Amino acid sequence: MYWNKLIETMGREEMTELQTKRLRDTVQRVYRQVPFYRNKMKAVGVLPEDITELDDVRKLPFITKQEMRDNYPYGLFAVPLTEIVRIHASSGTTGKPTVVGYTKQDIDIWAEVTARAFSYSGASKNSCIQIAYGYGLFTGGLGAHYGAELLGASVIPVSTGNTARQIMLMKDFGTTVLACTPSYALFIADTIREMGLDLSEFKLQAGVFGAEPWSENMRREIEARLGIKALDIYGLSEIIGPGVACDCLCQDGLHISEDHFYPEIINPVTGEVLPDGEKGELVITTITKEGMPMVRYRTRDLTMLNRSVCDCGRTLIRMGKVLGRSDDMLIIRGINVFPSQVESVLLSIGNTSPHYQLIVDREDNLDILTVLVEMNEEMFSDEVRGLEGLEQKIKAALSNVLQISAKVRLVSPKSIERSEGKAKRVIDNRNI
Amino acid sequence: MILRQISVFLENKRGTLAQVLNALNENGVNLRAMTVADTADFGILRIVVNDPDKVEQILKDANYAVKITPVLTMKIEDSPGGLMKKVKLLTDNGINIEYIYAFASTDIDGARVVLKVDNLEQASQIMRDASAAEDGDYSRNCW
Repeated sequence: MYWNKLIETMGREEMTELQTKRLRDTVQRVYRQVPFYRNKMKAVGVLPEDITELDDVRKLPFITKQEMRDNYPYGLFAVPLTEIVRIHASSGTTGKPTVVGYTKQDIDIWAEVTARAFSYSGASKNSCIQIAYGYGLFTGGLGAHYGAELLGASVIPVSTGNTARQIMLMKDFGTTVLACTPSYALFIADTIREMGLDLSEFKLQAGVFGAEPWSENMRREIEARLGIKALDIYGLSEIIGPGVACDCLCQDGLHISEDHFYPEIINPVTGEVLPDGEKGELVITTITKEGMPMVRYRTRDLTMLNRSVCDCGRTLIRMGKVLGRSDDMLIIRGINVFPSQVESVLLSIGNTSPHYQLIVDREDNLDILTVLVEMNEEMFSDEVRGLEGLEQKIKAALSNVLQISAKVRLVSPKSIERSEGKAKRVIDNRNI
Repeated sequence: MILRQISVFLENKRGTLAQVLNALNENGVNLRAMTVADTADFGILRIVVNDPDKVEQILKDANYAVKITPVLTMKIEDSPGGLMKKVKLLTDNGINIEYIYAFASTDIDGARVVLKVDNLEQASQIMRDASAAEDGDYSRNCW
């Protein structure tokens, strides 16, 4: 059962033709409307006319998250603000978020690709979809919401938190599809057991989980404990939000909605484009987006591409489950966290930047971030009150910038392990 | 009298106090007074030694976060109410006491305490005036 049979089963030649036309339009549009892209293209001597076939995309320069920050807040918008109907943002290094803007048509396209994603799980207008992603500046909640609504399902916009109530609604409302982060799905499974409820009291059939990396093992665990099919949905706010790609019931790679998002895999060091099946960094070009088109955005996510026809009959290109990152970004409770954000917070509090380390643990299936901060002369106070105040101040500033709460522990000078003089910034104990 | 106290940051975990005491012992440092303030995560070791500058350097070399804090020390009568009288005197004069702890031993009759107060100069003057009135020359008894 397809949501958009024409696109989902389109032949390769026809898809290439569609993508080529849309790529050319996009490049012309950004060259005309966005000085940033015009300057970057001029710098490498490429004009919009030079893009005639799909592979010509390789002539275009990449865009990085840093360049998005440099153009904060609206520098990369390709339409006037009057055309923008929605703004989302993700947390930023210096407290300034990364901003994305959507036109009415962008919102429609986003709903279309997310509706497709839900339909891959078997969901339809007969489904009851519970959205337990956060609603707000984070794209998860509203992105999934619009897709589920377009599908015609009965949508329960419960957002995150209050797990006991979440479970009560799931049972009483007869939720059939759950959308949340995979770690929250496991936490829900634990809570159901603790509440002494039986799975037979629920109508849950499938889960569409994303916003953080998760393993095949975790998938099997969720499926066993909730008695459902667990599908991986991929997306990022820079491109559109959730719905860029999603597993089908074959669970053999995530179908990318390539009629809107053109994928490439590159060697993250050299930038060279790699053939299908080779592992590298995913680069995406949005080929229909109006508000904030992204041309060759480096996602930093490591995966590979597969252009063969899936057992489900879909021809849409598939990406493997994300295998890791080509930078030091951590995804904690669905939120992107960079060690450099912690550094800038510490710098803003004291006069010096102390040594620090991020420790990520998973307790009861929830991610816990602990930040160790090495004590130094400048920060040290003779009074307990002073040090506790410092801990609180760091904690508040971190949660303000990172958008998630972190535990802060002050530790002895030079106690954080250093290798070749460089401190080890991250210890991830999550075994994803 | 005003003394220079050394404060040392300690993590609240097994062995940290032993380590710092070992570093002091290896350098032949004798502690005259000592206390530890602690929370769930960390502690602050406060010590009084004969040569604070030297000890500060020893501890810095051993990678400790160290701070020298001026504190008040005063002799008290080693009898019931001895401490109370002195503390009351300070309090009556509007001095706030952040913390107080006792010397390990003294070479004088009576006991000795260390106090961290909010107005050090004023507190010191109060105690000087008081001991001059009580004991005559207070400073003679101090090292």
